[in-house]
Amino acid sequence: MAFAAFGTSAAPVEQAPRRKSRIALLLLAPGLAYLALFFLTPLVSLVMTSFQAPVEFGDVGQYQPAFKVENYAIVVEAYWPHFLRAFGYAIAATVFALLISYPLAYFIGVKARRWPLLQALMLVLVIAPFFISFLLRTLAWKALMSDESGIVVFLKSLSIIPEDGHLTGTAFSVIFGLTYNFIPFMTLPIYTTLERLDTRYLEAGSDLYASPASTFWRVTVPLSLPGVVSGTLLTFIPASGDYINASASFLGSAQTQMVGNAIEANFISLLNYPEAAALSVILMGVILLLVALYVRRTGTEDLL
Amino acid sequence: MKLSLGKWLLPLYSVLALIFLLVPIVYTFVFSFNDSVKSNIVWVGFTFDKWANVCDAQGLCAAFATSILVGVVATVIATVLGTLMAIALARFRFRGRSAISLLLFLPMATPEVVLGAGLAAQFLSAGIPKGLGTIIIAHALFCLSFVVVTVKARVASLDPALEEAGRDLYGSPFQVFLRVTLPLLLPGITAAALLSFALSFDDFIITRFNNGGVETLPVFIYTAAARGVPAEANVIASAVFLLALVLVVVQQLTSASRRKRLAKLG
Repeated sequence: MAFAAFGTSAAPVEQAPRRKSRIALLLLAPGLAYLALFFLTPLVSLVMTSFQAPVEFGDVGQYQPAFKVENYAIVVEAYWPHFLRAFGYAIAATVFALLISYPLAYFIGVKARRWPLLQALMLVLVIAPFFISFLLRTLAWKALMSDESGIVVFLKSLSIIPEDGHLTGTAFSVIFGLTYNFIPFMTLPIYTTLERLDTRYLEAGSDLYASPASTFWRVTVPLSLPGVVSGTLLTFIPASGDYINASASFLGSAQTQMVGNAIEANFISLLNYPEAAALSVILMGVILLLVALYVRRTGTEDLL
Repeated sequence: MKLSLGKWLLPLYSVLALIFLLVPIVYTFVFSFNDSVKSNIVWVGFTFDKWANVCDAQGLCAAFATSILVGVVATVIATVLGTLMAIALARFRFRGRSAISLLLFLPMATPEVVLGAGLAAQFLSAGIPKGLGTIIIAHALFCLSFVVVTVKARVASLDPALEEAGRDLYGSPFQVFLRVTLPLLLPGITAAALLSFALSFDDFIITRFNNGGVETLPVFIYTAAARGVPAEANVIASAVFLLALVLVVVQQLTSASRRKRLAKLG
């Protein structure tokens, strides 16, 4: 059911004539009004909040409009490790998710074509995690990785982790959780491009004396690139803003806090709205910049 | 003998990857039968109690009901607005079309924490008290783009000749829309609505910034996580999971049989 949303490109739209644009406007108006009111205005609000200054002699959480650019310097100074962790963890999780997803998507999309029932079953299994609460899934891993769990006892007996070591609350567990939670977002778009892959191209590759490996790298990978780009974006963007996996009551600890945790803490617990807003603006800016660079580099601008 | 990559390694790898995906689901399901008292981390013993008395966990069923309510209302808003936009974008050429597509893509490219904080900042500066209403507004917003993408794909694959036939038979534009276009779009709209409900039902990151004390199911779980989630939460999650699984399997089977019927006809 969710496949369509992950499709990388819709079927070509037939060129409808430029007609009745009044009707089009009428159809678009309510949705556009909604987006203007609850997407664009909040972004403006966020930028304005990021420049606010505390009310003199006011209570905690009271701010007034100002042009306090220092807010940005303050948050960068205080939270640069959070930014590094957010992007570092998100990149690592994206790479691991790709390594797990690509072979899986290839098997479902290309090898399992002969058995439609198997293909359908495997797809259902890929999206199955969507049907169970994201928080409970993450808590399940927390329990499985807790110090009392068999896994940790076993790893300690093999001296893979030291006697006083832990699995939860480490960079490893946070990256693990992020990877796990975003695998379906990576697998589905890659699957949709591989599923359309014409296997005659692969035969052509071997007819031209290319080894299977070089056929894979020079035919299959380029043809599936749009899916890989969509998948990596669908993983990287939410992963870099996530604050569940890195939270201390889930898989993280005080040492693994990402920028999302800083935004959450500042906004909700500390009521420091300007700093939370400044962090959000920087996060969004960096993500847009990285996405633009990435999309240009892979030559897939038309995806957007 | 040469180890054939495609023969054994790839299927084995795929099966392992799928098992990896299923581990937390199986865990959640198994622990819904745990005879635990408060925190549900250590296995105590098998019981059906939690399934029989789900609402014994304080606040759980109320949170579940709130999640359903929010999901339904947000889905209706997002599906209506999104379907209209999808039809306009797929069927009409007009200036600013690509700008609107970009505007619809942006909420999907914005990290949820930024969407949540932005809306919260907006409600704060406008002096709107947070609660059920603000949760619904937030959910409908992030569902909207997904609805447009899903329905647009369906509109684009629609044969315009069918609508032309409707007009040739003297159907008014409104009749053609209601009796030809809409029924043909229905599978796409249903898929979009289901996706939208699923996204809303599971959202925590944005809800956290805009709930103002109202508990949805994820908020309940998050709050409980600090001291231990009761097994009853696993029961609800498992039940929802099984229901969704049945829905998907039925949908797959009906679309497979429809394809078969079409193949027979043509």
